[in-house]
Parts: sequence; structure tokens; C-alpha cells
Amino acid sequence: MKLTGAQIFVECLRREGVELIFGYPGGAVLTIYDEIFKQNHFRHVLVRHEQAALHAANGYARVSGKCGVAIVTSGPGATNAVTGLADSYADSVPTVCFSGQVPTTMIGNDAFQEADTVGITRSATKHNFLVKRVEDLAKTIRQAFHIATTGRPGPVLVDIPKDITNERCLFDYPETVEMRSYKPVTHGHPGQVRRAAKMLLEAKRPVIYSGGGAVSSEHGASRLLELATLLNAPVTNTLMGLGAIPGDDPHFLGMLGMHGTFEANMAVSNCDLLVAVGARFDDRVTGRLDRFATGAKVIHIDVDPSSISKNVHAHLPIVGDVGIVLKQLIDELVRRERKADPDALAAWWATIHEWQQRDCLRCDQERGGKIKPQEVIRRLHAATNGEAVVVTDVGQHQMWAAQYYPFRRPRRFLTSGGLGTMGYGLPAALGAQMAAPDSRTIVITGDGSFQMCTQELATAFQYQLPITVVILNNGYLGMVRQWQEMFYQQRYSHSYFDSLPDFAKLAEAYGGIGIKVEQLDQLDDAINRAMAERERFMVLDITVAGEENVYPMVPAGAALDEMVLAPE
Amino acid sequence: MRHTITVLVENESGVLTRVAGLFSARGYNIESLSVAPTLDETVSRMTLVTRGDEHIIEQINKQLNKLIPIIKTEDISRTSHMERELVLVKVQAKDETRAEVLRMADVFRAKVVDVSDSSYTLELTGKCGKIDAFLRMLTPIGIVEMTRTGPVGMRRGCKGFAVEGK
Repeated sequence: MKLTGAQIFVECLRREGVELIFGYPGGAVLTIYDEIFKQNHFRHVLVRHEQAALHAANGYARVSGKCGVAIVTSGPGATNAVTGLADSYADSVPTVCFSGQVPTTMIGNDAFQEADTVGITRSATKHNFLVKRVEDLAKTIRQAFHIATTGRPGPVLVDIPKDITNERCLFDYPETVEMRSYKPVTHGHPGQVRRAAKMLLEAKRPVIYSGGGAVSSEHGASRLLELATLLNAPVTNTLMGLGAIPGDDPHFLGMLGMHGTFEANMAVSNCDLLVAVGARFDDRVTGRLDRFATGAKVIHIDVDPSSISKNVHAHLPIVGDVGIVLKQLIDELVRRERKADPDALAAWWATIHEWQQRDCLRCDQERGGKIKPQEVIRRLHAATNGEAVVVTDVGQHQMWAAQYYPFRRPRRFLTSGGLGTMGYGLPAALGAQMAAPDSRTIVITGDGSFQMCTQELATAFQYQLPITVVILNNGYLGMVRQWQEMFYQQRYSHSYFDSLPDFAKLAEAYGGIGIKVEQLDQLDDAINRAMAERERFMVLDITVAGEENVYPMVPAGAALDEMVLAPE
Repeated sequence: MRHTITVLVENESGVLTRVAGLFSARGYNIESLSVAPTLDETVSRMTLVTRGDEHIIEQINKQLNKLIPIIKTEDISRTSHMERELVLVKVQAKDETRAEVLRMADVFRAKVVDVSDSSYTLELTGKCGKIDAFLRMLTPIGIVEMTRTGPVGMRRGCKGFAVEGK
């Protein structure tokens, strides 16, 4: 049977098992939207800005483990999507974005709402396509989902000219995808796995350092915990890796890096074997490179060969899917029946426990004092039993969320780790709440970040998403202010907002519930009310201590063991 | 260190931009790049000359392989290989220099491909170093214009560089 391009689009999404797409209509995608109107295989969520469509797809993908899908129109629709694509690319989140394009006959004519979308998004996507013939559409969509969800996941964009959506051809959906140029490795090289097992058993001071790959890979998190338990090895997570190991597990040292814990950074600096699992030695993790883990041999497990030995030399690289390679490694260790040197490990743990005694995240809330932002997050943690889906924006609040909300499970912490996109939080929470309707979704944000995608409150209201937005309002761009305080002699250049909206009233204006919290004794009531709300979104505008800093902090260019701890 | 990398890619629009974009985005330098379809017209072959230390060359190879339409790469500088480049050069040739130009062409075994009353256009194929030397010798006589292809290269010996399964 002959189908139009728009019908093929709908049919392909149905066959890919898509349940939900986020989008915004416009001229070039009108025919597709007409077919979306006529079908009931998947829901379409109307956002208020294309950037939000991509963040929502990202949030949906990260919570559900499925591919996020977005659709935008040509020109400004596509350019607005770029930030969201770049965000998913930096954090390796599987998303497919469809963009409308002017008709093939008009391409290159500077037509109305024309942009060179494939050119613009080339470096913001894992791959992109311009569909030039309707006969190629089904195959292209199939490949797009395949590329987005396999290997190191990432965003893929499919640009569809309007005439293609109207033209007809025989619908032929390829059941399998075979690409000679794209064959991601899944299993680790057995010889490398054996060598890794030997190194693990010989290590006296091992540390496992895991990142986003341990969260996104199937079984990555459970096998990480299994490996740590088997070896009795300490584990630290990157920002993207939080939740891969339960926050209260005794092997867990907290996050490492610029705002990592004292014990995690000291352990990494002093270990003799560092096992990187689905992590990429980002500059926010390593600090000064030539002083990073200088005494350690490095085993690096990653699905992306280009991440290995990019910043830090790997003595033993293993290319493969984290979950699969960890299983191979565990099997190998079990087969060997040997244990690592228990005396050496005991001494190593004793040293780590000493570091933990520093209690680097200690933060005392004075009864009559201003509300400390860290205290807000501690109370949110208590109120949700550590089970909420926490979505953040970017800045101080993001680091406090990472430090003071230990997660029980993977796929519960959503944050813009690589790109650092202010404005990510609220739209990502839309997708997260839809992926896990029975979970409590909390956006932890700041007064700066929240203003970058506030319009999505309208979407939250329209779809009755009971998202809790917690604004840690200090009137500042807090992280900028902190750097200006510490490194620019307190010249607070444009980091203070002389004008802020009344966020509680703003919430009411959008149809939600707004609560302003200015005193400590109002905090628990507000949180409890938010946790009980099941229908409407709620914004808690919490006035917090204005000049609180994030500690510990490794200053830019310093080594991990040169971190600055909170003043006593 | 100079490295010559050969690359097999899907012969589709945009591949060249992806490769060039990779080099500019990551700050790698690209000395020359030549590309044309192979006998299998769905596959193109590139020869890419770049410079960098071992670490950078390793990253370049990995990043190239990460591009979806790249089928395979090989750093032929690490093997016994040959490289050839072609140059077209138009040289001033008036009364007293006409014979000199032809003598140079003869020495380098270049071909005369075009003649006018005041110029010769010569074609020469060879290793980059030979082309450089040829141009050096012609410069004092007066080069009007010149274009080089950048080298293409392959391994020596019987082993081919092809898409697997072909």
C-alpha cells in the first residue's frame, strides 16, 4: 500500500514502540501534525518552546530508559532545538528529533523559515539526516532510532522537507538495521577482561569511578554494586553517575571532582588502581590532569573508544557496553576464586574511614538563622525517603542536590552534566514525570536557571503534572557569584538580580500553586504540602542564605587533593 | 609527526563536511585531503594528511571512526606504503627561459600539457618531496599559477584495503 511521507512517519514511530513525543507544530510539519491528529498510537505533548521539547524528550529517556522523541518545525523551530540536542549529545541521552524543512525544491533559496538544519546540528548530534526522497524515509527513521539507542547513545536528527511528507510511496519497513559503517562493540575483549581481573585482585588500594555509562547501560548499576561488593572496593560517582550505586551503600564515597567529597577525591588521588566505568575523565572530574591519580594504573571500560585515553592514559582499555563488560569481569573474578589481599584492603578502608571523619558535607542549620540551601535538600530527601526523581538546573543548587540527596536507584537524578544547560530542569521534569507518573518529581532550581524555561509551567498545567519546583532563591547567579567571590576579589559583575518576579504569584498565574517560604519554621509545612499534591504543579519559592558557597571545591587548575573545604 | 591516513567512507552527501568539521571542531590540523569514489561507487576513499603527536593521531583515528558514515581507517604512515601527488604548474617561458623550462621538465620527467607563446604548463606526479623540489627549481623562472592534488596513498604488498565482506 502506498503511504504519504507523513503516514510513513506515524507508522514508523508506531513500529518503534514510541508512546510519547514532545513537539511544537509549524508550517513545514503541518502534514505530519495532521497525521498525528488522526492516530492514537502515541501521545503528543505540546510544549511552549522547542528547546523544552528536546529537554523533555531527554528527561523522558533518562527516566524510562527508552528513546526520547521530539518534533519541531523548520527554521527557528530547529534552531531553538539546538541547545536541547547539544545537551543530549554531551550527556549521551538517546533522542530522535524530527525537524520540518522547506520543500526540496526550495532548499538553498533562503526560503521562509529555512535554515541549514543538518549543517547547524551536525556538531550537536551523534548523527543527522536530510531525507531527500520519500522512498528513503522509513529506512532513515529506522536507522535514526538504531543509532540513537545503540553504542554510546545520543541524539539523532532527521530533517524532513515538507514535500516529502505529502508524496507517496510503497511503505517498506526494514525489520533489521544493517549498517556496514556502524557496528558498536558490546562485549569486552576476553583477554582484556582476564587482565583486568588480575589487576583487580592484585590492587592494594583500588577505587571504582563510575559515570553516566553505568546508569544508562542495561544492568550497569546492579553489576557495579555486585562488583564493588565482590571486591570490597570503594566506589565514587561522577555527577552523571549518581544513583548507579545506592547512596547509603557502605562502598559509596560520594561524588568526586570539583565539588566532590573529601574522601572521594583523596581516595582517587591515592589509589593504586582506578577502574573507570562508563566515565570520560571530564575536566570537572580530574582537576589538574598532571596531578590526577598519579600513582594509579587505570582500567577504562567504555563503549566509546574515543573516550579512552583521551584525557587520562588507560593502562588497560576495555571497549564494550558497561553492563556486559561488568558481567564478564564478575564471572572472571568468581571463576578465579582468589580474593584480593584482605590486609591491604582493610588498611585502605581504614585510611578512607579517616578521610570520612572529616565530614566534609557537614552543614549546620541555625535555628533562628536564614534557611541554608543544603538544609532544604536534606529535608526534601527526608520527606521523599530518597525515592523522588530529582531534576536540577545548573549552578550551586545543582551541586547541593548532588551532594545532599543520596539516591537509592539509578535513573532518578536528571541533570545537565556535560553541557551545563541552565533551563534544563523544568522541561526535563515534564518528560520525567510522564515517564514515571507514580513517582514524585522534584525540580531543584535557582532563581536564575528557573527563568530560562519558566514558560513550561503552562505545559505542566495543561497535562496536570504534579511537579514540585523548589527554587533555592538567593537573588544571585550563585555559582557565578561564588567564583567572583573566590577568584575575582568579590567584584560581583552582573550576578545579582535587582529584579525578580514573585515566583509564587507566577505559579498561580500559570494555574499552579505557589508558596513563598522565608522562615525555617515554614519549610516543613511547605514541603509536606507539596509532597501531598497529586494534581497541580507547585512552586516553592524558598528564600535561602544569599552568600552560601558550595564546598568542598577544587579551584580550576588545582589538583583534586588541593580542594578547599568549608570554613569551620 | 606527519601522518597519512586512508579512510573508506559511504559515498553520500555531507561526508566530506563531517570529516572537515571534525578537524576544525577539535582543533586538529589538516594538511591535505583528497577524495574520490572507488570501484564500488557506494564507497569513497579519502587520503588525509595531518600532523600531531601519537596521542593526537590516536584521537583523530578514533574520532574518525566515531563518525557514522566512516567505514574504516588506516594510518598508512605506520606501514610500508607509497604516496603520490599530482601538480599542474604554469611557468613563464619567454625567449631565454623556454629551453630552461623544458630542461627542468625533462629532469623531473614532467609532461608538457599546454603551451603558449609565453608559458608552458607542466604536469608532474610523484612523492610530495619531489613535487616540492620541482616547484623550487621553477620558482626563479617564474611560476604563474600552480595547483596540487595533495597526496593519495596505499600500502605496499598484496594486501588490499577494502570494505569487509567484499
